[in-house]
Order: sequence, then structure tokens, then C-alpha cells
Amino acid sequence: MAAAGSPGVFLLAVNGQIESGQFPGFDDLYCKFCFVYGQDWVPTAGLEEGISQITSKSDVAPTTLVWNFPIDITFKSTNPSGWPQIVVSVYGPDFFGNDVVRGYGAVHVPFTPGRHTRTIAMFVPESTSRLQKFTSWFTGRRPEFTDPKVVAQGEGREVTRVRSQGFVTISFNVVTKDMKKLGYDVSPSDMQNPSLVPVTEGIHKY
Amino acid sequence: MAAGPSDAAPQALRDLPPVPSTSRTGFAEFSVRERMREKLKAARAKAEITLLQEDRSPRPRRLKSIRERKTDFRLDKAFQNDFPSAEEAYNFFTFNFDSEPESIKAGARKRNELNEEEEAEEECVETHEDEQEEDETDEDARLVKDDDLFIIGQTAEDFLVMKPADCESYSEQLKKEKEFLFTPSMLAVPPSEKMPGNMQPRYLEDEGLYTGERPFVSQSNQNILENRILRQEQGKEWFGDDGKILALPNPIKQSSTRPPIFSLEEGIAPELETVYRKAIKMTAANQYLVGPGDFQGPFQLDIDISGLIFTHHPCFSREHVLAAKLAQLYDQYLARKQKNLTKLLTDKLHALRNAVECSIDGGDAGVPRPVAQQSIPEYKIEIRQTRRLRDAEQEKDRMLLKTIIKVWKQIKSLRDFQKFTNTPMKLYLRKEEVDQRLDEKAYEAEIQAEINELLEECMEEYEKKMKEYKTELQEWKSWKKTQKSKKKKKKKDIHEEEESVEDCDLGEERVKPIPPKMANSLEIEQQVREKADNCRRKPGEPALIPELVLSGSVTPTELCPRAEVLRREDVKKRSAFIKVLFNAKEVSRTVTRPISSDFRVHFGQIFNLQIFNWPESLKLQIYETMGMSSTTLLAEVFIPVPETTVLTGSAPMEEIEFSSNQRVMLDHEGVGSGVSFSFEADGSNKMTLMTSGKVSNSVSWAVGEKGIPLIPPVSQQNTGIPSALKNIDAIASIGTSGLTDMKKLAKWAVEAKLDPNDPNNAALMQLIMVATSGEARVPDFFRLEQLQQEFNFVSDEEFNRSKRFRLLQLRNGEVAEFRNYKQVPLHEREISEKIFEDYEKRLQERDVIDSKNYLDAHRAVVANYLQKVRESVINRFLIAKHNFLLSDLVNEEEIPSLGSEGPGILGLSLFKLAEPKRPLKPRRKERKKVTAQNLSDGDIKLLVNIIRAYDIPVRKPVMSKLPQPSKSSRSFNDMFAASPSAQSPMDSPDWALNQVLVRPFVEVSFQRTVCRTTTAEGPNPNWNEELELPFRAPNGDYSTHSLQSVKDEVFINVFDEVLHDAVEDDPERGSGIRTRVERHWLGCVKIPFTTIYFQARVDGTFKVDVPPVLLGYSKEKNLGIERGYDSVQNLSEGSYITLFITIEPQLIPGESVREKMNEMLKKFDTQEEEKLLQAAAKYEAECTSKFPSRKCLTTVIDLNGKTVFITRYIKPLNPPQELLDAIPNSSQTAAELVARYVALIPFLPDSVSFAGICDLWSTSDQFLYLLAGDEEEHAVLLCNYFLGMGKKAWLIIGNAIPEGPTAYVLTLEQSQYVIWNPSTGCFYGQYDTFCPLQNVYCLIGCDNIWFNMQEYDSPIRINFDISKPKLWKSFFSRRLPYPGLRSIQPEELVYQHADKAAAVELQGRIEKILKEKIMEWRPRHLTRWNRYCTSTLRNFLPLLEQNQGKDIEDDHQAELQKQLGDYRVSGFPIHMPFSEVRPLIEAVHSMGVHTIDVSNVEFALAVYIHAYPQNVLSVWIYIASLVRNR
Repeated sequence: MAAAGSPGVFLLAVNGQIESGQFPGFDDLYCKFCFVYGQDWVPTAGLEEGISQITSKSDVAPTTLVWNFPIDITFKSTNPSGWPQIVVSVYGPDFFGNDVVRGYGAVHVPFTPGRHTRTIAMFVPESTSRLQKFTSWFTGRRPEFTDPKVVAQGEGREVTRVRSQGFVTISFNVVTKDMKKLGYDVSPSDMQNPSLVPVTEGIHKY
Repeated sequence: MAAGPSDAAPQALRDLPPVPSTSRTGFAEFSVRERMREKLKAARAKAEITLLQEDRSPRPRRLKSIRERKTDFRLDKAFQNDFPSAEEAYNFFTFNFDSEPESIKAGARKRNELNEEEEAEEECVETHEDEQEEDETDEDARLVKDDDLFIIGQTAEDFLVMKPADCESYSEQLKKEKEFLFTPSMLAVPPSEKMPGNMQPRYLEDEGLYTGERPFVSQSNQNILENRILRQEQGKEWFGDDGKILALPNPIKQSSTRPPIFSLEEGIAPELETVYRKAIKMTAANQYLVGPGDFQGPFQLDIDISGLIFTHHPCFSREHVLAAKLAQLYDQYLARKQKNLTKLLTDKLHALRNAVECSIDGGDAGVPRPVAQQSIPEYKIEIRQTRRLRDAEQEKDRMLLKTIIKVWKQIKSLRDFQKFTNTPMKLYLRKEEVDQRLDEKAYEAEIQAEINELLEECMEEYEKKMKEYKTELQEWKSWKKTQKSKKKKKKKDIHEEEESVEDCDLGEERVKPIPPKMANSLEIEQQVREKADNCRRKPGEPALIPELVLSGSVTPTELCPRAEVLRREDVKKRSAFIKVLFNAKEVSRTVTRPISSDFRVHFGQIFNLQIFNWPESLKLQIYETMGMSSTTLLAEVFIPVPETTVLTGSAPMEEIEFSSNQRVMLDHEGVGSGVSFSFEADGSNKMTLMTSGKVSNSVSWAVGEKGIPLIPPVSQQNTGIPSALKNIDAIASIGTSGLTDMKKLAKWAVEAKLDPNDPNNAALMQLIMVATSGEARVPDFFRLEQLQQEFNFVSDEEFNRSKRFRLLQLRNGEVAEFRNYKQVPLHEREISEKIFEDYEKRLQERDVIDSKNYLDAHRAVVANYLQKVRESVINRFLIAKHNFLLSDLVNEEEIPSLGSEGPGILGLSLFKLAEPKRPLKPRRKERKKVTAQNLSDGDIKLLVNIIRAYDIPVRKPVMSKLPQPSKSSRSFNDMFAASPSAQSPMDSPDWALNQVLVRPFVEVSFQRTVCRTTTAEGPNPNWNEELELPFRAPNGDYSTHSLQSVKDEVFINVFDEVLHDAVEDDPERGSGIRTRVERHWLGCVKIPFTTIYFQARVDGTFKVDVPPVLLGYSKEKNLGIERGYDSVQNLSEGSYITLFITIEPQLIPGESVREKMNEMLKKFDTQEEEKLLQAAAKYEAECTSKFPSRKCLTTVIDLNGKTVFITRYIKPLNPPQELLDAIPNSSQTAAELVARYVALIPFLPDSVSFAGICDLWSTSDQFLYLLAGDEEEHAVLLCNYFLGMGKKAWLIIGNAIPEGPTAYVLTLEQSQYVIWNPSTGCFYGQYDTFCPLQNVYCLIGCDNIWFNMQEYDSPIRINFDISKPKLWKSFFSRRLPYPGLRSIQPEELVYQHADKAAAVELQGRIEKILKEKIMEWRPRHLTRWNRYCTSTLRNFLPLLEQNQGKDIEDDHQAELQKQLGDYRVSGFPIHMPFSEVRPLIEAVHSMGVHTIDVSNVEFALAVYIHAYPQNVLSVWIYIASLVRNR
């Protein structure tokens, strides 16, 4: 397949960690992550899903909950469409000790190689009515997405109402292989890039 | 220090023999460790102790701290006894050193010494060397002794010397200290000491060199430092040439460079204060700006709005109006005065006159005359024009002055009249005295000159006229002559002519002769003087210079009348502000300033607009506010965009006038705006003034820091056409917007004389070329995405040729073959053509009818049609799938309601607390539902709980002859109520005793996985076993959609396990028993997976599908009587099995999708009236609110996707006449036959064909044409037939097992309600326990719908009397009468006659296919066909068909026996409706007859097809295996 010097797939290695979260007013949270990717993507190594430890706020910096939960996964793909997204959902006990969701969020894996830090704003679906809001608070069964992966897609989101809940910070170290060979140039635009010159010239001729 | 412990160590040694001496741990210091190594080497070499001492002697010199010395001490001991053993080391570290009494003293001494040393150390901090020496000696001495002692190993007393503690006196101590302590003195060091010998200090500062300021150090400290440095060697190097210590200049600045921060608020620390920063446009954003390459950054436009002056305002009083007028006039006056046109023209006139005179005079002086002569008339014309202009200007000046004075007079009179003053205006008229004589002279000269000129002019005119006259006269005369010749009365004519000539002459003569000329000059003079009087200052009259000043005093408000006070107050309330609009966007606005009493508003604000593009428009909007609220837009003023040369600083203030068309009427002294008013008392001479004024402003380009004006490049002015487009096609770029007047544009372009070489004009030039060459063509298309073409990097053909792109497109379009295609290859070459083959084939085959698979052309057509319907529905579904409901995305608890069994917290769940923990009749608890998200193979299991079975056929003793049961046709009443004795084969008393046991077991097969239960015994076995079968979704896709379309069925087969002695004739029979296990199929139950999936569980007793004849088996029908509840039991004509099937974990069924689809389909067009649909919706809502579990059906969707009211489907229809003719006298048998006919139409559930999405109802003729449908179609057809046969029939919408929600038919037969299962043709009495119908939701007749309002919905417990409104809620009632809906069913069904010949042909083909298949399934065995048996079986089959599979005497066996002789025959007929061959093959395969592996087995297979009208075929397959008995 890769005999003639042009490979049939490109690889994307992502590692990093779900560093911390900021959820004012909540404590003892844990988070789950999973990757959502298109049909042309296949994870070749590493874990697609994970669940972290429960972390409590420290007395010193009571705003951040630190998980430092490592991510390490390698994908291979034939198509940049459906670029992997990491979906993070955070859970924790509520007032009555029921485990409820504290936030969903998703972000694309950065596509430029290097180290990146992303802060995801997290949100939870809202109850449809005030009564339901009360009962869900009371029973500890709050509305949840049927599938956390919903937050990585745009389809059907118009029917939901959400409320923002906090932030999760993730750091990624991204390594790609063979992207450029296959014609996908993801290096930043300010870098000197001979292959792009004719195109830009064409645009800025006048 | 080292001495003390080394003393103690030997003591310890003595007490504790194994005390170790050292350990290698604790040597933190690297240097120490190194030394240690060295010394260990030495120790190994067993060097002499003395050697060691020598070795050690230099060591103490390097001692620096207590710690190091401690470790050194340990070292010492290491040398003393080599390596410690492990035990020693252990003891050393763990032993508790309890010092003994003897050693106390030693300890004390040690401590003393320690103290001393500590003291010494304190001193030695600064002076190491001295102490080191001391230490050295000290240690040396003692160590020697130690070593000796150690070797000898004596006791402590032997070498301890008791003496008092040493105590040095303080003075002694001081003396000692002095030896090694140095205290620098604080006295100044003499410069000579600091300088190298014999050098004079040199002061660089005095020499004029910059030295810088030294940092401040106090003199005493400086002295100490100097003294200390001097003690050192080369200390003098630290001193500079001036004898001072070298120092860098003071780095601290005197004044702070940072401005102090003054915090506005006290509480906030200055560093926490917020700082306003201007928004800075990111430069990165500019990269998309199409323009010249280098972008210079934001440009700036300064708009200075200094103020606003109202020339009229509604609040103007009359005086203001006049004052404004005066001011205006005065301005005009000033402007005129500045221009001083009169003076200019006068001067010009003088010059011209001089020139004329000169040229006349100069003519004599020999200047080339002709030129001068020529120019004189020109001069004269010039003079004339100039004079006229001057006169006009003079008159204007004069008039202006007069008007000014007049207005001023008006003001004055007005002020007098109203007795107060509103404006500070005052007009002074300055008189400028002139020299009367000179003035008069000049005046006279001017007049004379003018007169002369005029005279000359007149003369010229006269001459000219004379000339004209003469020529005219000549002409006239000639003309007259011709006239004369014509006329008869010549004389008279001549006289007249002369008269007229004289008249003419006289007229001319008046000017021409001298006397009139004189009079004329006088006249002219008079005219001139008159004019001069009018427009010129009279000679000697003082020149009047008006001067307008604002020095007058305004009457204070207190002294004014009430109306005026009101006006002034009104003015005070008003204020104005101006908005600045850039490109029609508001960018800033001025502060709101009150309008002053003189109607001026001062703003004095400068706005700096940072812009990126050339401005399109600049606009000021003037607003007036009244009081607190109302803001009105007075006027809009457009400001011209300044020239690029207009820069800030040099820009002049400009006044731009504005006026408003507002109409304001006021109730006070103010004159209003747009309202007519008058100054006259009688109200005449009205005038109307509009609000108007002037804005004084200046707009200019800002100048940047380096003096570069911040002006956008001029090229940007050519906006309108994005430059990127220009290089493609001018027409395309201008195209859409400039289409209408492209010709005009071209014309303009030609006229504009554009520079053709300017690249900016390239697009236009192209346009001009096109326009001028006549090819200007308005494109007849509109391009929505003009830019699209630019982004096409390959042509469309190339795109379509790309296999990869096609693959991606098909996948995106969710085409079935590619929906789940993973990893589309990157390279074209990696995509094989084969991928598309299937898809293309399918596309082609869509229209091609393939009769191969269907054996029957009609079926093929139908299948094709169905396929198309399926596709269209699936496409609709795919669209619907992308519409989400909240419940698809969010899991939310339902609203708890009182009394509901759901998640209510207030309802019954409270009572649950009181329930017994282990109830006697436990209910199945609801399990947690799992969404099919992250499931994979093996996660889902199918649980089949087989509980028990009833009435399994039992083996028949081989040769027993049973009595023939009566075959009379029975009435319904007989069947449901009468004693079954007639049918029971109880005549033989020994039957029960002789009965052969049946050993049934159940085998469940699902997705090729097979599980079986243990073998039970007897016809009513009880297994109670749970079987677990794994479930695999197709393609590993566990989405709801995929799960819904699983077509697999769960086969529950009941077998009889038959044991045969394997070796019947074996001589060794006695020694061992070898049995062969055979299994005989008895019956099966098929449950589609979708049923389990949708219902979550299947629970109940099912009828086992037992073939009508089981060779070697008979039904046991006697149990009922024995047990005593015959009325229930005897009705069960067949075997039953009780099952519980579920899926683990429970999956959420895709019900929502189905409902959503229905919702969507309902939105499709409908022909029903809106009113009816609303009523239906209301009815449904009412019903479901009362009984949420009961489904109410009012509207359904037909094959065209239209919503149809359900009753339209019900209409009496004629069954095939042949069926009615068959049994002419018995309506009941006919009904059964009809039901059978309906059941023979193949069953095709919607859930499979349409992937469980929707329910389409076809009409009966469509159904008969398609010959496929699900329960509803069957039920509708059956119901219609029954109605057609004159029965009372209804459609039941209910729930049955195993089908789930379904439709049955209810008939009323002789006061009995009979329930018909339309898809099997079976019928049940209302009180039949084994009726598969479990719940009845509603009944549908041909003109009404009745919803079940009874407490129960089980058919056994409800009353079917629909006339009771309490029990059945009808849709059409008195309130909403039945509108007489026309049925959508045809008037009459037309049937094709049964094609017997085709049936026979098909029969042969099927038989052949099946035989081939059986041989194929037995690849390793020889399959023999017993022809004799086959023909026998073939004879049985028509009989079976005739009897509808019922009531067949069990004599097949006997007959076979008779004919075949000694064979053991097992086999059975299978009956199926015919749709395709495949199901038949499947059925034969699932019976497993072919699996028998006895070597001498023979097979027999017979097929019979009975053709019914309309191509409905009933297929019988008789299959048997024969084993010859020895």
C-alpha cells in the first residue's frame, strides 16, 4: 500500500491530559471522555474512552478540580472529514448524593502538530419545565443526553436547551504523520510555505 | 570535638562487645566519601597505624564545620577495626546506648569539651585558620592515646584522669582572641596608604571627565571597608586613581520615570485600577481584505463638529426672525464687501477705458495699427459688459444696504412695540465723510464717460440700423416693383408707397438728424444720472458702513410678558446633539447640549474615525431633544468626503446648511416652524419659515506620527466591484448589479475618457470594448454563487469521474450499500470497481423484472413494485431520521403525576413502601433501559425462558387403528360450547394405558445459534429452562434503525426425542446397550426479532404450529375430559407452549422514530376535511388521556402517503364467487373458507419491509394486486368480505401475541362474538383462553369508531355491545353526525380465475427445486427418493387442501404402511401461502428432515399447489423420511 512512497493513510497521534476543570459550586467530580470521529477514521492504538478518578477541590485553590487524566490515542484515517473530537462529560454528586451530570463538552483535536491547550465550556441540558426541574433536582435524575456524543454533532441540537456549567482544560500533544505527503498541509499560515504561494498570488493579483 | 567521642567509644566497646564502629551511611559529603575510599584502601593494605596517623594529619586542616568533623570522627573508628560485620552494624544502629554510671563522668567531660568547642566554634566563624591549628594539635595528641588504648583494650578507669573543668578568665580569652581576631577601625585611612607609592591622587571630575554619582555609603562604613581591604594582599587594587574605592555610578535615578498614578477612587489600589485601552483591530483580520498587497493599517478621518446655529427655529420670536434676517443680510454684506466686486469691476472699467484711449493715441506712435484698430471694438464690447455688470453689482450693494437698514428699523420698531428686547443685536451705521468736491468731480467724470460711451454706442447702433434699413429698403423696393406690375392702380399705390417710405424715413430720421441727436444725448444723460442716483452713492453723501454688533442688552425674563417668558422657558428645555454616520452606520455622537437663547449650540468635539476603507458617505444627523424624553430628528446633512489634500490642522471650518420640513406650532411667543405668521398688525404679508440652520464642521484626514497622512489608498475608491472578480470577467462581475443600465455605463465609460492603461480601469475597458463592438449581451442567467467557479479546482466531469468522490457522495447520501462504509481509501487506485457493482446492478434491476427468483411473472412485478414503495418510504424515513425530538437527545424524567404508576413520587409509589418484600405473586420489575450506543457484539443476549407446553402430539403405537372421528361440519355453537366427546378418540379403553410416551424437548435457534432444553416427558412437559442466545446486529451496527430492520426470527422448535436401539440385531446386545437418538420435529413457533425488540418482552402461551398430519403421532384430546374443565380445554385444537422471551439488556425500542414518522406522514397532503381531522385529533387525545396504554386509531396513511380516515377502508366487498359456490349452504364453512383465502395471501409485515417505521394501509384491491401485506390489510379484507357476506363484522385494533399491536376481525355469529385472526385464518370465541388477542383497544366499523372505555381490555372480560355508549365511546355521535364518508375501496372486486395449469407447472418446478436443495444439504450422503411413497404422499395433499388442513383422519400412516410395507415413516405436510421460493426452502430446511443420517434412509417429497382466484396459491409440501424396518 505504502510502497510507492505515497502512503494510503495518515496518522494522528494524540496524547495529553484532561488537566482540570472549573465548576464553581460543585465538588467531588469525575469525568469521562470518549472520542467521536468520522467513518474514515480508525483508532489504531490507545484508549477511546476513559473515566477518571473523583477529584475534590483543594483548600488552596478552590476553583480548580485537577484530574490530570491522561489521554493517549492514535488514529489512522484516509480523510480529514470527521476529524476526531474529544467529548468530555463531567459527573458528580448533587446535594442528595445522587450522581448527576455536571457538564458536557466537546472539542476537536487540534490538527496542527505541537502542544495545545484547550478550554472547553461545559453545559448540561435543561429541564423542559419548571416542575420537572424541581422533581429532577429532588430525585437526582436530571436530564442527560441520551449519548454524550450528541455534543460532538450538530444534528438535532436545535431541540435542546442547555445551561453552561463550567470549564474543562485539556492539553493535547499532537503528532501527525504523512499528512503533508497526502496533500493536507496543516502548518500555520504564517509559516513559509512554498506550496501555497501560487494560490495566494492568484488571489492577490489585484 | 573528635576527641571526646573517640574516648567514649572504647567504653562502649567494652560493655557491648559487638558494638560496631561505623557505617557507610551518612556520608553525605562527597569529599568525605572520597577520602574514605582512599583510607579504606589503606586499611585493606593493612598499613601501620602510624601510617594512618600520618595520613590523617593533613585532614583536620580542612575541617570546616561541626558536621564534617562528626563524620570524620566516624571515619576514625572505621580505621580502627576494619569492616563491621552486618550484625555489628545492626547493633550499632539499633542498640540503645545506655550509658553506665562509670561513664557519666566521662560523658560529662565530653560534654564540657563539647561546650568548649562549641564556644570556640562560635569564635571561629570568622577565623578558621587559627582554630584549625589548635584543633590539630589537640586531636593529634589524643588520638595517639586512643589508639593505644584501643589496642590494649583496658577498662575506663585505667586511663581516665579526674580533674576540674578548665575555665579561662575573660581577660585571657580576650587576649587570646586578639591574636586571631581583627576589628577594622572606623577611622579614615590616609590617602597615602591607599595609593601606590609616591602617587598623587588624580581627580577625574576635576579634569572634566564624567564620573557619575557614587551610591551613598556612610563614611564610617566606608572607612571600615577600606581598612579591611587594606589588610588584604593586593588590597590597593581596589582603589582608584582618586584614592577612593572603585565604584560604579549610582544606578538609582533621582526622579521616577514612571508618572505617579492617582487613583480616582480611594478604595482601589492604583495597580488594580482598570485602564481603558482602545479597541485595536487585529491585523490578522486584514489578510482577507482584498486590496493592494501592503496594508498600511487603519486610516483616520477627523470630524470636527464645532457647533450648530439655527437660522430659524420654532422657538424664534418675531424679533429673532428679524434678527436672523438681519444677520443673514449682514453676512451677505460682509461677504460682498470681502469680494468687493464693485470695486473690481470699476477698476476693470477704468483700465479698459485707458486701454482704449491708449490704443487710439498710440496709433500715432507707430504701433502696428491694424492690431490696435482691431482690438478697439473688442475693448468696447468688454467695456460695455463690464459696465453693465458693475451697475448690477452696485445696485445690489445699494439694495442690500437699504434692506439692512430697513430690517434694522423693523427690529427697532418691534422692540419699541413689544417693549422688550430678545436679541443683543445692534446695527451701527458708520458714516464715512468724503471730500465733497473730489467726490463730485469723480462722480461727474464717471457720468460723462458713461454718457460718451453710451452715445458712441447709440451712434454705432444707428449706423448699423441705417445700413440694415438701406438694404431692407432696397429689397423692399425691388419687391414693390414686382408688386406694382401686378397692381392696376399704380399711382395710388406709388403714393401709398411713398407715404409709407416717408413714414419709414421719418422714423429713421428722428435719430439721424442732429437736433434729435442732441436731445438724445440729454436723454441718455438723464438715464445715466437716474441710474447713478439709484445705485450709487450721491456725491458728497457720506459712505454708509453698517456694522452689526451683539452688544445690546436682552431684557431680563422677569420684565417680559407671559408669552415671552413661556417661550424662553421652552427654549431652555430644548437641547440638540449630532450623530455622525459613517457609511450609514452611526459611529459616534456629540454630547447633548442645550440650545442657548440665541439659538446656537456649541459642541466643539472632534471625532477620530479609524477606518479601513475609503468612506462611501459621511452624514451628520441633527437631533433635538425636548425635556427629558422626545428626541426628534431635525435634519440630515451629508458632508463631502474630504479631498486627500485636506489634512487635519489645515482644514477650514465649513458651514453646512440644513433645513427641516417639520411643522411645529407653539402656543407661546415662538413663531413656530412651517406655520405662517406676519409682522403686520393686520396679518397681511404672511411669511412661513422652516426650521433651518447651519452646522459648522470640518472633516479632514488625520496625520500620522511620522507626518504621513492616514488616507486610504485612492485605488480603494473604486469600490463596488470586488477586485478579485475583475480579472475574470467584467460582465460577470458587474453583471447582476449593473445589468440594467450596462449600455449607459458603457456610454459613460466612453465619455469619461478613462485612461486605458490604468490597471484599475481594466474591467471597465473590457466592458467598453464589449459594448462598442456591439457584443454587449445581457446574460440570460443569474448566477447565485458567482464565486463558486473560482473554487472549482477540477471540472465537474472530472469530479464525477472520481471514484473516491462518488463513494463519499453515496455514503453521504446514506445509500444502503455504502451507509456504513468505513475508511474510504485515499487514493483513487485503491478503490476497486467492484464496490459499485452491486449498487449499479441494483439500480439497473429496478426496472428489470427478474422472473427467475419468483417463478411467477406476476409475483415478480409485485415484488418490484413493493421494492419501489419500500425505497421511497425508506428515503422518507432517512429524512425523518434527521429530525430530532427532545427525547431523542435528552433523557428526562417524565412529569410525575398523581396516581400514575410511573415515576411519580406522590402517587402510588408511596404505597409501595408498604408492600411485602417478597410478594406471593411477584411481578416482573422494569429493567433499566439501555440505549444502543456503545454496544458491541456479545453485549446483547436473547433470553428465552421455556416454561411449559400443552398437548404435545404423542407417539402412536405403530399398528393401532383408531376409530374414525365423525367429520360432520360443526356449527360455531358446537365448537365453542358443546361437548367434545364426538371428537375424542376415547372409545378404546386401553388407549391411555398403551399410550406411548412422548419425550419432547425444545430447540431454539436464532441467528444460526442453537440451544436446546433438556428432554421432558409426556404431552404436557414442564421445562422451565432459560436459554441464552447471543445476538449480533447486522454489520455490527447497533443503532436503533439497524436493530429495527433485523429480519431474523427466533425459531422455537419442539422435537420428540426417540431412542432406537442402534444395533437391533447385534449379537452383543446383552452386554451393552447402544441406542441411537432420533429426533422428530413436532412443531414450531416463529417469533420475529423485531417483535421482541419493540415489545421488550414476549410473554405468554403460544400456539405451536403443528402440521396437520404428523406421521406416527397423534393429538391427545382426551385430557380435557379427564381433568374436568372441558369447556376451556377442549377448544385448544393444537399444542401450546408458554414462553417468556426478552433481550438482555433491555434496549430502548425505536418507537419514537416510528411515531415521528407517523407524525411526519400526517403532514403529507390529505383529502380529508380539516374539521374531521381536528375532530379526530381531539378524539384521539381524549381517548389516550383516559387510557394511555390503549391505542386509538382514527386516521391511517394509504400507499400514496395520504392521510385517510380509517372508516373509509371498511366497505362490504364480494369474496370470490368460487369460494361461495364451493359450499353453497353453509355460511359458516364459507366464512372459514374465506378466512383461509385471506390467510393465504402472503404476510409481509411493514416492520420488516419498511424497517419498522410506518404503517401503510393499502386498499383491498391494492392488497389483492400486491398479494402481500400485514395484519391490517388482511383484517380489512376479511372484514370487508364478512360484511359482503352479510355478517356483522368489525375491525379490532388491539394487541396480540406474538404480533404486538395488530388488527383482528370481530364478527357476530348467532349472538356469539367470534374473533378472527386474519393472518392465520383461525377464529376464536370470545371466551377462548388461547385466543392470541390480548387487548382490545377500539372497534372500527364502516361508519364509526368505538373506543373501549371499559375497565378491562381483555376480550374475555369485555362486553362487545357497541350500542352502550358507556362502554364504547363512539367517534360519530349525535354531536358529530356521520358525514357519509365515501369509501376508498372499489365498488366491486374483480377476480382473475384460478389458473390451474400454471399452478401445476409451478408445482413441478418447486418440487424439483426442493429435491435439489435436500440433496445439496446432504453432501456426504446418498439421497434416495422413494418414488412410490412420493406418489402416495402426492395423493394425500389435495385432500388436505380440501379439508383446509383440519380434521384429517390420521390414516396416512396406515395407508403408507399398507402400501410401503415395513418402513418406519416419519414426516409431515407443511402448508404455506406462496410468495416466493425462498421461504419454502427455509421452511423445509428448518424442519430438519434431511438431517437424518441413517444409512439406508429414503426420502419422499411431494408438492401440491392449489390455485385460488386472483392468483392466491396454497402450497403444500409433504416431506417424509423412510427407514426400512428389518
